[in-house]
Amino acid sequence: MGGRRLQERERAGRIPVKRGVDQVGKEKERQKNDYIRHKEKIIIFPVMRLLPFCFSFLVTILLIFILNRPIGTKIPMPLGSFLSPQTGFWQNAEDTAYDYNGSVVIEGLKGNGKVYFDERLVPHVFAENDEDLYFIQGYLHAKFRLFQMDIQTRAAEGRISEVAGAAAVDYDKAQRRLGMKFSAENTLSVIEKDAEALARYTAYTNGVNSYISTLTASSLPLEYKILNFKPEQWTNLKTALLLKMMAQMLSSGTERDLVNTNLRAILTSQQFNLLYPQVPDSLMPIVPKGTIFPRPMHGYKIPSNADAAYFFNNRSVAVSDAYPQDRDNGSNNWAVAGTKTASGAPILCNDPHLELSLPSIWYEMQLSTPTSDVYGVTLPGTPYVIIGFNNDIAWGVTNSQRDVKDYYTIQFKDASKKEYWFDSVWKPAQQRIEEIKVKDQSPVYDTVSYTIFGPVMYDAAFSDTVSEQSALAVKWTAHHTGDEGLTFYKLNRAANYNEYVDAIKTFECPGQNFAFASKSGDIAIWQQGKFPDRWQGQGQFIMPGTDSSYMWQGYIPQSENPHALNPDRGFLESANQRPADGTYPYFIPGTYITPRGIAIEHFLSGMNSITVQDMMQLQNNYYNILASRLLPVFFEHIDEAALTQEAKKYLGLVKQWDYEAGPASVGQTIYQCWLDSVQRNIWTDELSKAGPLTPAPEEQTLMELLKIDTTALGFVDNKNTAVIETLTYQVSVALNAAAKQLAEVEREGNLEWSAFKKPAIYHLLKSNLPSFARTDLPVGGWGNTINAVKKSHGPSWRMVVQLTAATEAFGVYPGGQNGNPGSRFYDNSVDNWVQGKYYQLWMMKPDEAKDSRVKWIMAFSKS
Amino acid sequence: MKFFLSILIIGVLSFIVGLFAPWWSIAVIAFIVILLVPARPLNAFLSGFLGIFLMWLVVASFINTANNSILANRIGGLLGIGENPVLLIFITSLVGGLVGGFAALSASYLRGYK
Repeated sequence: MGGRRLQERERAGRIPVKRGVDQVGKEKERQKNDYIRHKEKIIIFPVMRLLPFCFSFLVTILLIFILNRPIGTKIPMPLGSFLSPQTGFWQNAEDTAYDYNGSVVIEGLKGNGKVYFDERLVPHVFAENDEDLYFIQGYLHAKFRLFQMDIQTRAAEGRISEVAGAAAVDYDKAQRRLGMKFSAENTLSVIEKDAEALARYTAYTNGVNSYISTLTASSLPLEYKILNFKPEQWTNLKTALLLKMMAQMLSSGTERDLVNTNLRAILTSQQFNLLYPQVPDSLMPIVPKGTIFPRPMHGYKIPSNADAAYFFNNRSVAVSDAYPQDRDNGSNNWAVAGTKTASGAPILCNDPHLELSLPSIWYEMQLSTPTSDVYGVTLPGTPYVIIGFNNDIAWGVTNSQRDVKDYYTIQFKDASKKEYWFDSVWKPAQQRIEEIKVKDQSPVYDTVSYTIFGPVMYDAAFSDTVSEQSALAVKWTAHHTGDEGLTFYKLNRAANYNEYVDAIKTFECPGQNFAFASKSGDIAIWQQGKFPDRWQGQGQFIMPGTDSSYMWQGYIPQSENPHALNPDRGFLESANQRPADGTYPYFIPGTYITPRGIAIEHFLSGMNSITVQDMMQLQNNYYNILASRLLPVFFEHIDEAALTQEAKKYLGLVKQWDYEAGPASVGQTIYQCWLDSVQRNIWTDELSKAGPLTPAPEEQTLMELLKIDTTALGFVDNKNTAVIETLTYQVSVALNAAAKQLAEVEREGNLEWSAFKKPAIYHLLKSNLPSFARTDLPVGGWGNTINAVKKSHGPSWRMVVQLTAATEAFGVYPGGQNGNPGSRFYDNSVDNWVQGKYYQLWMMKPDEAKDSRVKWIMAFSKS
Repeated sequence: MKFFLSILIIGVLSFIVGLFAPWWSIAVIAFIVILLVPARPLNAFLSGFLGIFLMWLVVASFINTANNSILANRIGGLLGIGENPVLLIFITSLVGGLVGGFAALSASYLRGYK
């Protein structure tokens, strides 16, 4: 047997080593065995372990690899770092007894600052000067709301695809084509000419960045971990973008030029003006009726071809706004004079109605320096208090709903979109090439041509329904404005009516109704904005863009904006209605909302010795004034014999209704289903010809029409049938149809209004994070009641301020001060908001640092 | 004894390193510890697994208790397991444990064992 074979067998361990017989042989054998044992240690076992090592090492690497990268779009976060208790979401699970005390040393500060957090985590900021004040405001906004600021400004700029991927490219294109960044740049260039304003915005930006620089992988806000991206440096441009986001929310959806153009093609001008009236019969305007307006010096000329090219042009348009703003982005505010209050001091109230979200759009703060002291809600992403009060005055805002955006038809010379026909020449267009970065994909490019009117919103490259020869450019007041923030800087410091007027007069877009009350006893309201002085009918439809005659020829002088000061009746209110009645000498189209104003006037005019509790109740009032006027018309015309058993039952129920649309109201559910059914029966046959997104005439308009004409200009008849339907037929058939739906709803146990409506407040990422939402909230109301809670839209802040010697202020918003979903302050105020409860707002004094309401203190120092 | 010691070392060391390093440092620690304190494959896997599993379990449980399960309930909804903080903590620890376990196992095969 050869040595090699033996060795091999031994290696395999199958046979024992044979011992030799002589010494020499034994010695050789021993040496050989030593060698084999040595080999065993260094070679033989490793070879045996190599395979399992490779296997387990590969498994380890593979595990790490898989856990270190996103799994599909549904789970965009790498699971390893997300689950790790040391870096992932667990790090955002804030101790419910978290200690917010701290001290921050900032080189750039001019002095020292103190922040006192109260039990609701509202910061009371005391700084030595304005710049430090806004630095600290920026720092706190970032500390508690960074993701919100970041995602909102990315959305404004049209950069959502960077985070969300290809699905958001069309949205980003729409934002860029609307000129959002262009308008923010224009505002920024105005800010940069004002050294003091620039210093404030820069301090704010530095504050935000100072906080961002403290972030580590584990302290990143939760949403960054979920979406797997990182915050970038804040800039003054981002602050300007946030102001433009508000402009878009409140003044971009207040026109209906595209649908109106299509309606013009199917309606006579008389029908159009009656179905979509400029001045509703039942309007209670913001400026009391009977106000005398000065005669204007209109400088405009109506185009000579207006009839043929504009009013009676039957052209329709195939584009529509794919991302419409909520048309109920509205609000209530009112001011009551001391003559009507129990205390003898004015009371100011405000509740802005916006999309409700977690975190809330608002962040509550007190901002104080030796020369100014203000309390209220702020918009994370911008400095200043937006709605609030100081030691002399209080103010609140509602949206003006004015149309400040028009479309013009552009004729390009060719597909390059470099020249367009204007005043009989080919005029060169400026082009902006938009690079849209897309997550996990190569960038998308979009060329936007800028005309004399503004950017081209729709052309062959965006929305394939438009040809090059009839592209649409958009003109919007938000494109060129000054610094809207300056108004709030000044309001924060205004001490009387004149300073309030001085503060707001430069405010251009979005047009707002600034309600005002002062400790000196004044109440006032101004509808303030920069509004075009339009000729009758200008800008209701798409306008020809081939010559200058259809351009805006001037603006309404600021001093002639609708306003009122200390009226005899002792109160002023606004609720998104038309600001003035038909005697106002300007053409002011808009998407006004009429009913809430009527309800507020109805209640306020009957009240005396008003207390803050009365005002809180009024903000939470559910009375459906429109239903109280429209239902009697339905009752009058209904044919009970034509009703099904079910319909009779619901008719009986709704007849007992007290018109209160509270959460438990059954009448409101029946009314709403019945009304929707009636609206469909009356309008759909005619108006659907103008496109599926055509808005039906307002509920208000239907009520007014039916009161004077039961055929509603013939619209009650269904044009698709040979017979002529009457109102009696339509309301009866509609109730039968509604009853079927209601029976189903009742079987599911959802007949009560809040169960039917299912109000919810979603996280900013909406349906992607359903478990971050607050759903099934027991809250009533609708867009037409004073407490205007819809499905996830409504009073985003409720404030009542009584201007007694020591201000008594109350407020609540449906959210919490901390944007972190892992904090107990994420949604801690929602329940009180649902129940209509308020917190007393504490205007802290500098010497109250020892007050028991102070829970935590953050010190900012320069060294 | 050595077995419990290596669990403890892996747990404590990976916690300390994890304060500064990325999440996958748990694998590096488990690997290095078993290179230095050799163990047979099964023991090595269990030390790595239990070292990380227990460390993550303890840390996540502490955080979750202090947080009253506020966030665990929301994340449970996001990950499709509902409001079940205990299950979420278990899943978390299991993921960490597996990574630690396989890293330790690899080290055991590389280093050899008696």
